[in-house]
Amino acid sequence: MIMTEPKHHIIGYGSLTKIWLLLLFLTGLTVWVSRQGIGIGHVWGSLAIAATKAGLVIAFFMQMRYEGRLLRWLLFVALLILAIFIGLTFFDLLYR
Amino acid sequence: MSSQPHRDDAGAKLGMWLFLFTELLLFGGLFLLYSAYLARYPHEFAVAGARMHLVFGTLNTVILISSSLLVAMAVTAIQKGERRTVLLLLGGTILCAAVFLFNKYLEWSAEINRGIYPDSPRLNAGPPGESVFYSLYYLTVGLHGLHVLVGGTLLAIVALRVRQGAIHAGNFVLLENGALYWHLVDLVWIFIFPLYYLIL
Amino acid sequence: MSPAAESQPVSSSFWNDTGRTGIFSWIFSTDHKRIGLLYLYTALTFFLIAVVLGVLMRIELMAPGRTIMGAQTYNALFTVHGVMMLFLFIIPGFPGAFGNLVMPIQIGAQDVAFPRLNLFSWWLYIIGAAIIITSLFTGGGPPDTGWTFYVPFSARTGTNVSLAVFGVFIVGFSSILTGLNFVTTIHRLRADGMTWGRLPLFVWSLYATAWVQILATPILGITLVLVIAERLLGTGLFDPARGGDPLMYQHLFWIYSHPAVYIMILPGMGVISDIIPVFSRKPIFGYKMIAFSSLAIAAAGSLVWGHHMFTSGMSDMAILVFSFLTFVVAIPSAIKVFNWVSTLYRGSISLEAPMLFALSFLLLFSIGGLTGLILGAAATDIHVHDTQFVVGHFHYVIFGGGVFAFFAGMHYWLPKFYGRRYAEKPAIVAWVLLFVGFNITYFTMMVLGMKGMPRRYYDYLPEFTALNLASTVGSWIMVSGLLLMLANLFHGLLRGTPVGNNPWEGATLEWSIPSPPPTENFVVEPVVTHGPYDFKGAGIP
Repeated sequence: MIMTEPKHHIIGYGSLTKIWLLLLFLTGLTVWVSRQGIGIGHVWGSLAIAATKAGLVIAFFMQMRYEGRLLRWLLFVALLILAIFIGLTFFDLLYR
Repeated sequence: MSSQPHRDDAGAKLGMWLFLFTELLLFGGLFLLYSAYLARYPHEFAVAGARMHLVFGTLNTVILISSSLLVAMAVTAIQKGERRTVLLLLGGTILCAAVFLFNKYLEWSAEINRGIYPDSPRLNAGPPGESVFYSLYYLTVGLHGLHVLVGGTLLAIVALRVRQGAIHAGNFVLLENGALYWHLVDLVWIFIFPLYYLIL
Repeated sequence: MSPAAESQPVSSSFWNDTGRTGIFSWIFSTDHKRIGLLYLYTALTFFLIAVVLGVLMRIELMAPGRTIMGAQTYNALFTVHGVMMLFLFIIPGFPGAFGNLVMPIQIGAQDVAFPRLNLFSWWLYIIGAAIIITSLFTGGGPPDTGWTFYVPFSARTGTNVSLAVFGVFIVGFSSILTGLNFVTTIHRLRADGMTWGRLPLFVWSLYATAWVQILATPILGITLVLVIAERLLGTGLFDPARGGDPLMYQHLFWIYSHPAVYIMILPGMGVISDIIPVFSRKPIFGYKMIAFSSLAIAAAGSLVWGHHMFTSGMSDMAILVFSFLTFVVAIPSAIKVFNWVSTLYRGSISLEAPMLFALSFLLLFSIGGLTGLILGAAATDIHVHDTQFVVGHFHYVIFGGGVFAFFAGMHYWLPKFYGRRYAEKPAIVAWVLLFVGFNITYFTMMVLGMKGMPRRYYDYLPEFTALNLASTVGSWIMVSGLLLMLANLFHGLLRGTPVGNNPWEGATLEWSIPSPPPTENFVVEPVVTHGPYDFKGAGIP
């Protein structure tokens, strides 16, 4: 009994390639930004670009865009808990 | 007698995502350490980061992003029933994994020749923050490399199953899950790259 | 392990496997019930070994000075006792044994979502356990760091820490896979009509537990890898001489290990929530609040790890924050206790063995929880930190809470899987011995701690002698109760009187199928029409 689940969304080669080009552009951008000599402050910028890239990979390559609400919430919870782990630790590190 | 419960692709995918969360948290521990030590040694991290091989890092980033594209295309191809394309795309992904690891080998050899490795005399003599940076670098990238190896093996098994016809347009959750794992390897690298290669 | 087939009243049960025979029909079985029993017996084995180590420690502490062992042996004993009790008994044991045995049946499923992965989890657990045991007899001898493996000592001691830590890593991986399996099962395999609002509270508690297993255990994994790297590669990440920070180890370790306390206690709370309504003949009071508080405990419990570090040089700001958050966890825990008590109120209470264990859980867990607040408040913690008070406190929570609930579960559910039951009177005598012995053993420890006796020392000042002697005698009473309980339980399960489908007149799904259950659990896929504690809806007077 093979039940193909009809809800599968097929992403075309074209749109995947577009995302890939976008990712390459962002990679170039982040390297370029880091060469501009803004000092250590660029860490936040680099992280923002990395987060954008990660978002693209998750949404399109990993098809999260086409998943139900459950998976998105769970992913959110997992990322939130990691952020909290790091954030709470800084209550120690910043005030020591 | 274990009568097989009915196939549940959504369940399999949920299970895979949960597993990816654990991987995320595993690397999360290392990123937590990184952030803690970056806050303490911003200057030493910048000096050490400037000495990293940017070319290797960038090249490997491009390779991993491209491999991610290939495996995502493989998922598209299997749904269209193009088995030959799937095999080619998976082959391409595995090739990328191999090249990535080869680059890593070259890069690490170069570092070690310069006397940069955990507990090396050069690092022990240098400022403390730098040895922390390189220790974290070796651990994080090493663990990531291990994941590249596992992911590549996993995709090779998937490719074999595609060849045998066990994975096809009507049942490809294994390929999807293999692809998800591979994307995770890419995701982690997307953060490793700026934190270790671009920090200066 | 398996009782003779002919002693089973029902012929078509999961005991009569049609596939492999002998031991292989167990260790390669993907049936959740067989895997559950595998977990039960392996976990109980490690429990008994660790009990012996505990008793030996108590004998050493019977009198000041060297009694039966020296300092190094004592260090190894408390380390191995802790590692076994936590990583090999209660953490894998509760979800592994009762989660596997009961949860799929309670949601009306045939098995868990990934049966083969389930078997693989058990194998990982066994492999990890084998590695830990190997570490005791090889290399530099058993680890002497305490179960917390604190650096810098764990990075430097000559004992076999690396191997032991690697074993714990493997066991942790097993725990992750169990959690992943359970979350998927509960999301995907609930029977028709088994809505989230009709899930038995034990399932809710396992769901919350599984999330902690998934999200916290990886942090332990990476922390242990770092300890190994520290020892083998000399990474220096926790070595202040090379820029590392030992406190970061404590952060990482407790980010896992405090939530891990909830892996130990949450399933116990679930067992209690299932037992109390059945033996009070009343629907549970505040179903939604109990279900929700399980998730709240799991969530809030992940934010309080810093309260283990009040005296280790953490910033005052962090002490304030973690102290506050610790008090927040008390809220959902108290919600549970009040709801259980309200369920008892005006119920028709029958004091059978499962209920006695459940009621003692209420008392002991409350003592454990409230003494936890003394430790959670920085001002008082600094006085009793690292004293016997802490030892008494966490035994009240983990033993008085978790393990008493485990015993309650054994008396409540094992007749379902064996089709036979134990004798009631010896069970009650055993409970009395356990309960009395427990309180003598651990309450004296809390008093000793208040008086200033530190933990993890094999020697003490002479003025502590009387109370230590009392504690040791208490441990003997407790162990005699334990042995009586196990003997009575297993004699009864193998030779006792057969039970019907529903000996306790419960309304959850496991009581609607034969005892012992058939391999596929339900002959006809069930359709759920009533809540888990709706006795009238289930047709029970």
